[in-house]
Amino acid sequence: MAHLSLTNVGKTYGGSAQAAVADVNIEIRDGEFIVLVGPSGCGKSTLLRMVAGLETITQGEIRIGERLVNQLDPAERDIAMVFQNYALYPHMSVRDNMAYGLKNRGESKAVIEERVAEAARMLELRPYLNRKPRALSGGQRQRVAMGRAIVRQPSAFLFDEPLSNLDAKLRVSMRMEIRKLQKRLGTTSLYVTHDQLEAMTLADRLVVLNGGRVEQIGAPLEVYRAPASTFVASFIGAPAMSLLDANVENGQVMLDGHALAPVAHEAGPVTLGLRAEDLRITPGGVPMRVDYVEELGAQRIVHGFVGEQALAIIDTSEAPLPETVHLGVAPSRVHLFDARTGRRIETASQPVAVPAE
Amino acid sequence: MQKIKPLDHLILILGALFLCVPVVMALMSSTHAAIDIHSNGLYITPGSHGAETYTKVLTSRGGFTGDVTGLLMLTNSMIMGLGFAVGKIVLSMMAAYALVYFRFRFATLIFWAIFATLLLPLEVRIMPSYQVMSELHLLNTYTGLIVPLLASATGTFFFRQFFRSVPDELLEAARIDGAGPVKFFIDVLVPLSKTMMSAIFIIMFIYGWNQYLWPLLMTTDESFFTLMRGIKSILQVWVGSQIPDYNEAFALAVLAMVPPVAVVVIFQRMFIKGLTESDK
Repeated sequence: MAHLSLTNVGKTYGGSAQAAVADVNIEIRDGEFIVLVGPSGCGKSTLLRMVAGLETITQGEIRIGERLVNQLDPAERDIAMVFQNYALYPHMSVRDNMAYGLKNRGESKAVIEERVAEAARMLELRPYLNRKPRALSGGQRQRVAMGRAIVRQPSAFLFDEPLSNLDAKLRVSMRMEIRKLQKRLGTTSLYVTHDQLEAMTLADRLVVLNGGRVEQIGAPLEVYRAPASTFVASFIGAPAMSLLDANVENGQVMLDGHALAPVAHEAGPVTLGLRAEDLRITPGGVPMRVDYVEELGAQRIVHGFVGEQALAIIDTSEAPLPETVHLGVAPSRVHLFDARTGRRIETASQPVAVPAE
Repeated sequence: MQKIKPLDHLILILGALFLCVPVVMALMSSTHAAIDIHSNGLYITPGSHGAETYTKVLTSRGGFTGDVTGLLMLTNSMIMGLGFAVGKIVLSMMAAYALVYFRFRFATLIFWAIFATLLLPLEVRIMPSYQVMSELHLLNTYTGLIVPLLASATGTFFFRQFFRSVPDELLEAARIDGAGPVKFFIDVLVPLSKTMMSAIFIIMFIYGWNQYLWPLLMTTDESFFTLMRGIKSILQVWVGSQIPDYNEAFALAVLAMVPPVAVVVIFQRMFIKGLTESDK
């Protein structure tokens, strides 16, 4: 157990002018579950592998506990990693897979036996201890990979997209298990995923990465409620937040010539962010031409156009829709971004603090 | 059910006969007396001299020194075959390990240089090889027989391709588990390569077993005679009115066939087992 601190961490591959990861500063508290999330190629796996010691660190410092680990071998960093394809040793039984790291560290037989038994009990792997990985299902292999991490009793767990090889149903149940396990063990964890849903449900705090840089760090709801940039806004939440070109005139956001909501911001062009779930169909509002409807049972997602700009809203009624509907939104749910930089514009009408649900 | 097609079967039967009949003939002829073979040609039916021919071949002392028995030649061939197979596997695995897992400059270039030696068979470099062994005073030793031919481009190539197919995560997991280069090689790569090793073992054992030219050059001492040379020397006695001991030559040929067949049978099982069971 330890806290983890990344200071100005960066990585530039030899022969490449552009940094794959740059200026990452994260302070991770002891026992915290941090999720690194971003699209493929954003550097999240590289960052994780730098913490693990599988990639060299070209700038900055990584500390695990109080130890500077920049120059240490992976085995000396006191971490355990769970890989996307599990990376179990195919010729070893489940028991040996879990025990291998401990054997290499010269733990006594009794200690190894005890820890493997404990991990097997926790992960319900006891009936499979003598099987080879190939005789296990995907979910069981994933458990073994986690078992291998647990028996080490490391300062930190590193997860590299551990659920992406599982089918959708198993992914949901494994997600819960990982969360519960981490809570019970209280081990600091760093988890990489490209799935925003996984990120939202698992994290104590999210780190949204884009192009090797941190876009935003915050609790899932904070990030959801107040995305720091258009990138975060479009990445977190499903369906994605609609981003539209709009104007502020006379203290009103004007969308396609119609006033949508009052805002305290100087006049000029802005990027307007609207979450589908915040929009309501109201009589008299901004007119939207309905394009198509996705029925999801409990709700439906209505896709349409305001002027020439695409927009999605979630509607819970089942009444047939006219060709044109009118939209309204609570002023507190309007997100404004700088039209040029894409950074969030804080306005007085938007409470930054997350209201209790 | 698939329909049985007579023509297909005919072709298969003919093919099988084409391959089997010479072997059966050698086996059958070896049980007849030399004189009968000389006058009547090859036999396809068993004769009555089988036991005595094989006993004689295995135990009777021959050669110029009168010390060479079939058993000795069999042992020598065995040493050659096993030495080749084991040596080549060890050497080419280590070479491939270095090429794949150690980051050094020109690794690819070195690999292709090794690969290019496939174009140079033993016969091309036999003079310099002989010279080196002669100056190291390794003529007439097992070391001299085996070591110069151990470097194997084929083996290195196979193992390199295999190691490259091993997922990188396995190496990374091992690094996190605290396994150094040697531990990773022995604990992970070697067990994973079992299938590959048995395949190479089959090929290399037979390659070593069948060596003729190299032992002929390297050894003048008859106690290093291999079976291949023994067969040849039996047929070399055609001087004057002497009849070559055809039956003994056939018996030796049959004996020479047994170990390679055994190796193929034993390792093919492992080979197939490895192929069907491994699932990554």
